[in-house]
Amino acid sequence: MSTSDRTIVERATTVPRKRIGLYAVLLAMVVLYLLPLETGLFTAFKTQSAFQTTIPVLPPIGNQFTIGPWGQALDRLWPALGYSVAFVVPATAFSALFGSLAAYGLTITKWRGQIVVMLIFVAGIFIPYQAVLVPLTRFWTGIVDIRGLLGPEGSLVALTITHIAYGIPICTLLFRGHFKGLDQSMFEAARLDGATIRTIYRRIAFPLAIPMFAVTLIYQFTNIWNDLLFALVLVRGEYEVVTMALQSFTGSMVGQYNLLMAGAFITALPTIAVYVLFGKQFAEGVSGGGA
Amino acid sequence: MDRIVDRVRRYRSDEESTSDAPLATDGGHRTGGLDLGPEFVQALPFWLPAGLLVALFVYGAIGWNFLVSLTDWSGLQASYWPLDFGMYTRFFERVFAQSGDHALSWLPAPLADLFGRLLTGPIEYWSFRNTIVLLIVFTVLTLIVGLLLAILIDQQIRFENTFRTIYLLPMSLSFVVTAVFWQWMYNPRYGIINSALETVGLDFFAVDWIGAAQFKLLAVIIALTWQFSGYGMVVYLAGLRAIPNDQFEAARVDGAGTIKMYLRVIIPQLRAATLSAAVVLMVFALKAFDFLYVIFGSRPGPGADILSVMMYRTAFDTSQFAYGAAIATILFVLALGVIMPYLYIQYQRGDL
Repeated sequence: MSTSDRTIVERATTVPRKRIGLYAVLLAMVVLYLLPLETGLFTAFKTQSAFQTTIPVLPPIGNQFTIGPWGQALDRLWPALGYSVAFVVPATAFSALFGSLAAYGLTITKWRGQIVVMLIFVAGIFIPYQAVLVPLTRFWTGIVDIRGLLGPEGSLVALTITHIAYGIPICTLLFRGHFKGLDQSMFEAARLDGATIRTIYRRIAFPLAIPMFAVTLIYQFTNIWNDLLFALVLVRGEYEVVTMALQSFTGSMVGQYNLLMAGAFITALPTIAVYVLFGKQFAEGVSGGGA
Repeated sequence: MDRIVDRVRRYRSDEESTSDAPLATDGGHRTGGLDLGPEFVQALPFWLPAGLLVALFVYGAIGWNFLVSLTDWSGLQASYWPLDFGMYTRFFERVFAQSGDHALSWLPAPLADLFGRLLTGPIEYWSFRNTIVLLIVFTVLTLIVGLLLAILIDQQIRFENTFRTIYLLPMSLSFVVTAVFWQWMYNPRYGIINSALETVGLDFFAVDWIGAAQFKLLAVIIALTWQFSGYGMVVYLAGLRAIPNDQFEAARVDGAGTIKMYLRVIIPQLRAATLSAAVVLMVFALKAFDFLYVIFGSRPGPGADILSVMMYRTAFDTSQFAYGAAIATILFVLALGVIMPYLYIQYQRGDL
């Protein structure tokens, strides 16, 4: 048997084995990636004594099973869920809208210097929030006394506006990538027909950007819902949003892991739902956000 | 990739030739001078409101933060006098004050820590050190795991979407949520990690992951890698898909083994993907706060304290606003050090 024959034979036998190995590795990774969620989910359905005596990966059986932790956690987190929805929805919508407008004004129109303005926008994506925390708290108390103006709900308004401002850079970048990828001759034709910049946005750019709105809204919703840091420094007292509520819940329920896991799932439910329904758009936002 | 760059270039040169403004180019790029033509005026209402919000909240706030860092402000009443760099000298004096006079100090530092060297000395030193360790180890680990996942997924497998969805799932969760899950994973008595280690007879490794100072940072890095490797996968997968098929074919025909092919031909072509993913991950590592705050509160101790947590504690727990602002500025400068070269490269390539 010549050497080339041998390699062919070898390949024929090793290829299926390789495929099996490949799937085994992929599945092992699936187990690793889902393990924290799976143990969390089972633990949330166990009684206090059960989760201390059973192995976390095993499901609750018989009298180990209870839905009690979910009720308790929901009671605790319910108001916070409402406040989170109330500020995340407008913050998401406006950051996407501002982002699309800014990207349009900085991409499709023709004037020099827009690259520099764009650079300043994009750099904003990478700013560590810590670098602005002290001024932010001063701004929303000293310069604009938001709670004095609007009462305690002012906290949520301050949080909304802050998130809009910090969401604009990433939204602008996402929309810019989209506008740059469009066929530019369309805009040229509209221009030659005498359409104004405003008309071109309304009639061409905006309708074409609707898929990108889906990506941006989903990405921003997840980001803003998940944030803890801004809420910690801007929200005082009774209007704590859901990430804050879960954080203080962990502090008050030390060791009650069934309660904590139920609370974590309740907090994560909106983002998990969005992810399961719109995973493709989320992935696009994530990869575009890095570019 | 090149095609896109080419298209952008062509688009740009079109732009310049049709623009009635005088051409002032600088190595093919348009320069910063504003052209107050009709389109500039028409475009203003689109980007200016957003621009003002960013200017005020992002850049204005950064400037203000720097100003605060030059004061001695601590306590409730702000005072903007005297201005000096006292907070910065205080920080760096403490960072470099670490004498290294400990038992076990003859070992390389990470090993000595692992074997229970006492973590003494100023917290500034540990915060700074942990920030850098987290930045490097987390970024490298996440890139490696992300690349492996991407290569596995790229083998024309079935259920590709399902696998991808599962690996990216942790990215969609809040750090508060994942911190709660990992607290349970790492629980020394009931947690799954130690249960598993004890089951297979590795009791020696069943340590108190988030209680013992020398393991805290490792525990954080593992959890964050779990959460972020899906991001690495997405970026690398896009990079792999952009490589023309004939390159894979050519390498195979040459008789190169799979591993050799990836090392020699494919991975070198993923430079751009690696760069952009690394920048995002490093910047994230600098601001990683939520995860640590939920697990350890604002005092993780020398084992896991990082600058972003230290900044929060200094400013908002102890009201030393000037010192907190100085730490924030140092974080900002570190982030700039990562992103400025990156944005410059993007700008030069015309990828922005």
